[in-house]
Amino acid sequence: MADPTTNRPLHPARPTLSRFRRMRPTTGKSGQFGIAFWLPLAWLFLISFTAIFAPWIGIQDPDSLDFVNLQTPPNDAHLLGTDHLGRDVLARVVYGARVSLVVGFCAPVVGMLLGLPIGMIAGYFGGRIDGFIVGSIDTFLAVPGLVLLLLFSLIFGGSLLVVTVSLGLLFIPIFSRISRAATLSFKSSEFILAARTIGANDFNILVRELLPNVVLPVLAFGLVAVASAIVVEGALSFLGLSVPAPHPSWGGMIAGGREHLEESPHISVFPAIVMFLTVLSFNLVGDTLRSRFADVREAAI
Amino acid sequence: MRYLLKRVRRLVVVIFAVTLFTFLLVNVLPGDVAYDIAGQDASEEEVQAIRADLGLDRPVMVRYAEWLGDFVQGDWGRSFRTDEPVVDAILSRFPVSLELMLVAQVFALILAVPFGILAAYRAGRTVDRTIATAGFMSLSVPSFMAAILLILVVSLNLGWLPTSEYEPLSAGLWANLRAFILPALAIAMAEWVVLMRVLRADMIGVLQQDYISLARAKGLPVCHVILRHALKPASFSMITVLGLQIGNLVGGSIIIESIFALPGVGRLLINAIYARDFIVVQGVVVFIAFAYVLVNFIVDLLYAVLDPRIRTERADG
Repeated sequence: MADPTTNRPLHPARPTLSRFRRMRPTTGKSGQFGIAFWLPLAWLFLISFTAIFAPWIGIQDPDSLDFVNLQTPPNDAHLLGTDHLGRDVLARVVYGARVSLVVGFCAPVVGMLLGLPIGMIAGYFGGRIDGFIVGSIDTFLAVPGLVLLLLFSLIFGGSLLVVTVSLGLLFIPIFSRISRAATLSFKSSEFILAARTIGANDFNILVRELLPNVVLPVLAFGLVAVASAIVVEGALSFLGLSVPAPHPSWGGMIAGGREHLEESPHISVFPAIVMFLTVLSFNLVGDTLRSRFADVREAAI
Repeated sequence: MRYLLKRVRRLVVVIFAVTLFTFLLVNVLPGDVAYDIAGQDASEEEVQAIRADLGLDRPVMVRYAEWLGDFVQGDWGRSFRTDEPVVDAILSRFPVSLELMLVAQVFALILAVPFGILAAYRAGRTVDRTIATAGFMSLSVPSFMAAILLILVVSLNLGWLPTSEYEPLSAGLWANLRAFILPALAIAMAEWVVLMRVLRADMIGVLQQDYISLARAKGLPVCHVILRHALKPASFSMITVLGLQIGNLVGGSIIIESIFALPGVGRLLINAIYARDFIVVQGVVVFIAFAYVLVNFIVDLLYAVLDPRIRTERADG
């Protein structure tokens, strides 16, 4: 692997994906957002709305057990059926969305808050500081993310806070790389030189001149980060290492339906479909926005 | 040569840092092993005795130095639960993980190469867009979800591949391989997209070269030109990515191994975590990190061997 943290092109023979991205149908030719942008966005609003307002819009209690209706397929009383304990699958999907969305949004924010300054400092000061930061990040990356998460959950136990923070830590490398690259590309611009000649110190230059330019590409990556945070949280809760057991989560529901896959597949399949659509939507919306901003940035340079 | 030395130095530093980090994490932070072993109703004296027995009452850095010394000599400690030496536990399970990884990459290649070529050949057309969309959707399916859906559709509904127990290679090639088909497919679902995109992007570049036009002008059939003239130069980056993915997969197949009950390194780690078997967790994490860094190192070197520009460029950087 060519060192991806330096600003040099990865490798002369390595392809850039930008050509590919521009041809993708979701991007739209003249920058107009198509149905591949609005439809996923609508889905995300629907999911967020029901998750936030679940108790007030007639969603059942996700923990109430209906012993008469165990593992019933979808019907009028239970739109998506019930699981092996007679709990309403729809209610659990909606309440599970709360976990996924909280972790999905908060973890990238944690990663951004820590990774952005680290990357900017590395890019701005260069030299030994840069070398140290890049080296540390490389070391951090030597342990695969999921392994690190499992390690954290072993030591600190599984809870919403632990999962969010440790997942957030995993986002530090990617965010600091993006902000470092952006900082490097703006560092030698005229407006930085201008700020310095009128006597701005390093801190002022970093916060007032560079930050507004760096924040855009970082935010553009944000939604894609949300999608991957949801996937990883799903993996953790699938393994039973995220939020504790009776609490509904998508990964946990998919895992819970495993033993009943043959006679009542709906227990696993519905949360899987909802999770797939949500991840796909974040990817589609995020990718559209990212290619938009990335193009703007390329044009600006 | 200078390049090689620089890379080796970096490799050693990273490995050292990973061992230190893992050791500190497992040993300093809450959740003392001694309490775990002693059980819930153990008295404080019993816990202290176990602690002294394991040497946990000494300073952390002393223990780290000692552990590192043993570690270098191949003594990674013994499991608290099963008393099995950690090195043996890992090495006996590693072939399973390796086989899963290889089968998965073969599946990924089987999907990536034809679709990548097709997408590049018809770049921007409907076929290309369809493949891109399919890839995008495929990437949005988490591997554990793919695994569950594959079990549901292939094993239960179609009844093609009943979820089978893992059989060692000595039980016959097919008996051994069939247990890997579904887990490998679940992993390949995401991997193939990355490979396909890289191949497509390179292939588009290669197809614009003059010698391809010449070959076509000579009247050679499209198939022949693509497979014999274009595929090789276009697959260089893809092979690199393939190598990097192998590094990722060493740790990435944890969930798949545990879903399909494959006795690999990932399942060893998960079970050790459920059992709070710290010594095994520590060993596996270091092993996975080591494998990952080593694969990256080898890919890096291959890069330098294949492209002399890198050797000079990076030596000073």
